[in-house]
Amino acid sequence: MTTATTDLHRPATGPAFQGIGAGRKIKNAVATTLVALAFLVAVVPLVWVLWSVVQKGLQPILSADWWTHSLYGLRPYDDRGGAYHAIYGTVVQALSTALLSVPVGVMVGVYLVEYGAGTRLARFTTFMVDILTGVPSIVSGLFVYALWISILGFGRSGFAVSLSLLLLMIPVVIRTTEEMLRIVPNELREASYALGVPKWKTIVKIVLPTAMSGIVTGVMLGLARVMGETAPALIVGAYASSINLNVFDGNQANLPLLMNDQFANPETAGFNRTWGAAMSLVLIIMLFNLLATVISRLSAIKK
Amino acid sequence: MAKRIDIKDVNIYYGKFHAVDSVTLSVPPRSVTAFIGPSGCGKSTVLRSLNRMHEVTPGARVEGQVLLDGEDIYAANVDPVEVRRTIGMVFQRPNPFPTMSIRDNVVAGLRLAGVKNRKRLDEVCERSLRGANLWEEVKDRLDKPGGGLSGGQQQRLCIARAIAVQPDVLLMDEPCSALDPISTLAIEDLITELKQDYTIVIVTHNMQQAARVSDQTAFFNLAGVGQPGRLVEVDDTEKIFSNPSQKATEDYISGRFG
Ligand SMILES: Nc1ncnc2c1ncn2[C@@H]1O[C@H](COP(=O)(O)OP(=O)(O)OP(=O)(O)O)[C@@H](O)[C@H]1O
Ligand SMILES: [Mg+2]
Repeated sequence: MTTATTDLHRPATGPAFQGIGAGRKIKNAVATTLVALAFLVAVVPLVWVLWSVVQKGLQPILSADWWTHSLYGLRPYDDRGGAYHAIYGTVVQALSTALLSVPVGVMVGVYLVEYGAGTRLARFTTFMVDILTGVPSIVSGLFVYALWISILGFGRSGFAVSLSLLLLMIPVVIRTTEEMLRIVPNELREASYALGVPKWKTIVKIVLPTAMSGIVTGVMLGLARVMGETAPALIVGAYASSINLNVFDGNQANLPLLMNDQFANPETAGFNRTWGAAMSLVLIIMLFNLLATVISRLSAIKK
Repeated sequence: MAKRIDIKDVNIYYGKFHAVDSVTLSVPPRSVTAFIGPSGCGKSTVLRSLNRMHEVTPGARVEGQVLLDGEDIYAANVDPVEVRRTIGMVFQRPNPFPTMSIRDNVVAGLRLAGVKNRKRLDEVCERSLRGANLWEEVKDRLDKPGGGLSGGQQQRLCIARAIAVQPDVLLMDEPCSALDPISTLAIEDLITELKQDYTIVIVTHNMQQAARVSDQTAFFNLAGVGQPGRLVEVDDTEKIFSNPSQKATEDYISGRFG
């Protein structure tokens, strides 16, 4: 005790702060290099992919025909036509997937967090969601084929594709909703209860709006993911080179199917169409993400 | 308006844990009652049992009676939502709704109860904000988010929100613990004004505050770790602070505790 006191009062000899030692400088340099390298390893392929897509795919999509015409009646080497049929299919199939998966997924998420917490049903549901998250897309395609087409007797259609995407999408929506609801502070729920607001109204008017921006972002990212899925489309949908506006009936193209079809076409036109479709897909997904950002900005928590 | 509360032999549990043992206590209308006592002795728990907020916690339950003007709020046919509409609450940490503007925060209770009349909502908004001594500070930015106010302003916003639904009783759990002395004084003045119309119960760790604002003080204590908290004594604030009948109370308020 006494020594400590005297230590405090002893005048300082020499500088209080030493310079950084050589060892630490070397460690710092090594770590910095490693981090930079890891960054490069991650980013180079990404940029490369994007660059190839733009380089090969930009040309074809610049023509107005690309966005307004299909490939109906064109021969493999005809350097005309467009991808309207596939773009339409991709967007409509994605929208019907969203329309079905969002209400179901959000409601399950709300049940899991707000009502079921700790119950056996909730634990079972979480378990099933975990399993569903791991189901490969081709399996979900096979399942829809077996149920929707073989057993129930419906034909192949864009909607069948949506159904198999739905199986991939629902767990994503449930997960996102669950996570976003969990970070809504309990104090907000209690503040609402204290005003004499019933629980369901608290959830609809206070909790969900607070979690909204996160849920929207998650949904959009999930949608971007399933839009590029090819396996289910190969199994339950089928490519058509013509425009089919009816999502419920008959073959309906989408961009992955178009790419798959034209990849087998050895002509220059096939090359252009494949990369053009890739470019369109990337653009549409970017557009969806942009939309997600805007929506979540609009509904974001105000500070 | 302002109703009387009679707490009769209330025992409160969190699952198997017996948190509060047999509290009996009356709160007269148009008065301020302060709950004081060491941390963990169950002040918040008792307070939250007065508007059935306690049962929001999973596994939590209350035994005994809480009478509001003679009517048991725990009776089988009573809707907890109705109880909370009658007995408002202000929390320790200000918790304005982050997605709403100042105006929407104040009238949230009415809006969610289905009131749509814009004029009526604006009137209530102004009256409540004036009531909470916040009107002058925010009247030019009612459309700005509530989260953008200072802590003390947010707390007064929460008080405005609580009184906008015109409850009969106002419960406050350490409403000033996160505030500076000036905001604290503003809220204390407000409490003194509000007691003309409301029955107020306030939890506080600040002895001076209890002495300044309350008419009646209840001292809670713990017999030991893991034991339930209990009410040691309740009396006029003046009496508690000058001449308490229990030794434990005297030790606590004079700082000779533990
Ligand atoms: N949600 C809960 N689940 C289980 N036990 C709880 C819960 N909340 C409080 N308790 C316990 O109940 C007892 C009383 O807690 P309470 O919060 O009422 O104390 P308090 O007097 O308000 O303390 P403080 O002055 O620190 O706010 C404590 O032992 C606490 O650990
Ligand atoms: Mg407390």
